[in-house]
Amino acid sequence: MYPDNFRYTKEHEWVRIEGDQATVGITFHAQKELGDIVYVDLPKLGTHVEQAKPIGSVESVKAVSDIFAPMSGEVVEVNGLLTDSPEKLNADPHGEAWLIKIKLSAPQETAHLLSAAEYQAYVGAE
Amino acid sequence: MTQLSSPLRATPLNAVHRSMGARMVDFGGWDMPVQYSGVLEEHHAVREAVGVFDVSHMGEIEIRGPEAEALINYVATNDASRLSAGQAHYSALLYEHGGFVDDILVHKVAADHFFVCVNAANQDKDFAHIREHNHFDAKVENAGDRYAQIAIQGPRALDTLQKLTEVPLAEIRYYHFRDGEVSHAAARIARTGYTGEDGFEIYIPPSEAPRLWDEILSAGEEFSIRLCGLGARNTLRLEAKMALYDHEIHASITPWEADLAWIVTMNKGDFIGRAALLKQKERGVTRKLVGFEMRGRGIGRDAYEVFLNGCGAGWVTSGGPAPTLNRNIGLCYLPVEAARIGQSIQVIVRGQPVEAVTVGTPFYKRGI
Repeated sequence: MYPDNFRYTKEHEWVRIEGDQATVGITFHAQKELGDIVYVDLPKLGTHVEQAKPIGSVESVKAVSDIFAPMSGEVVEVNGLLTDSPEKLNADPHGEAWLIKIKLSAPQETAHLLSAAEYQAYVGAE
Repeated sequence: MTQLSSPLRATPLNAVHRSMGARMVDFGGWDMPVQYSGVLEEHHAVREAVGVFDVSHMGEIEIRGPEAEALINYVATNDASRLSAGQAHYSALLYEHGGFVDDILVHKVAADHFFVCVNAANQDKDFAHIREHNHFDAKVENAGDRYAQIAIQGPRALDTLQKLTEVPLAEIRYYHFRDGEVSHAAARIARTGYTGEDGFEIYIPPSEAPRLWDEILSAGEEFSIRLCGLGARNTLRLEAKMALYDHEIHASITPWEADLAWIVTMNKGDFIGRAALLKQKERGVTRKLVGFEMRGRGIGRDAYEVFLNGCGAGWVTSGGPAPTLNRNIGLCYLPVEAARIGQSIQVIVRGQPVEAVTVGTPFYKRGI
């Protein structure tokens, strides 16, 4: 369920690191808990984000949930797909419905993140 | 509300919900299903075909006796003397100061018997309120434990329920009811609902609820019936602009403000709250409930602040996506001079003003 090459937060974001860049998303568990997602609010290009600070929100029909930056850096890409099709977050949260890409300013922050096995244990059986 | 971990109350269908994979939430002290397959799918099923809801948490109060009508007419705003036996109407219990104790459905069973459906969380308060004002030859009974309630809603609700009863459902007009049987269980079958769609609400013995729930599901299978939770119930009622207690209406809101003048009969004789309503009518209300639609990106939600020309002016009572309309809608209180269609307002979404405009309601009205 949770790809081994991702790292995870206890706030249910995932991050995939490639060189000095990280792709950020929310986990399968997060979208399942939220239910039908109808709106996504993401930071603008060039925004500096800080690990564990709120950077946007995901809204389902019935709830609003903050998104926290899993790592610090500068937003270098925002997934435009989600503006018109927020429901993709329910369909493919680990794939095409990634949220943003960050140019990392502190790669050592991965030390604070969970491995796939740790995250799986954290959310329990699904 | 501060409450010392009192256990959640459960409807007779609680185990059924859990076994069928519902997500459960604490709703006013009740352990209730908020969704099964998903709010959007459940919502669309009710608009397009049929959905079924467990609403057994709702309270029931029975009023019996020679002066049952006099009592209900003294504690509630609508005129129960205009009901014929087998007819129901929407009404309200008010405090002396004109604020809402609750909104209720009054069913006239017979000249000396009224059956009142009330909100779950208000049941005990309503019962105490009615009893306190019972200076009539009438008996008031808190009957919530004697009834389970299931709502079958949507354009195929009639076809679904008709398979289980010999009562000719097409003959029951909107806001009327019949006592009969549903699959051999005694049932009060009312053509009422909280979705803006055609449908029925049946009041049945709690012990029969799990069996009837299953039979309704089987009967609705050919119409792709969906199990529905409180999430879809809320989006459906909001599109139809039906009030939710503690949101559009509460103890500090009057029917004039809540746009519910149509459930108040001022010339029927005295009733609790009448004097306050009369006074407010003479002075004029200062705020009024209106519908709005978001124009900017963002969703106005319950309790968000509303600004008018950069100044705080009101608040959102209920807001969210309207799945049938594919828009973000809501209801809000505004100063009466701004409470007109086409008024530009700003809803404060996480600290940022987002443009919205007031619109006519209901947002959704079913075709006839």
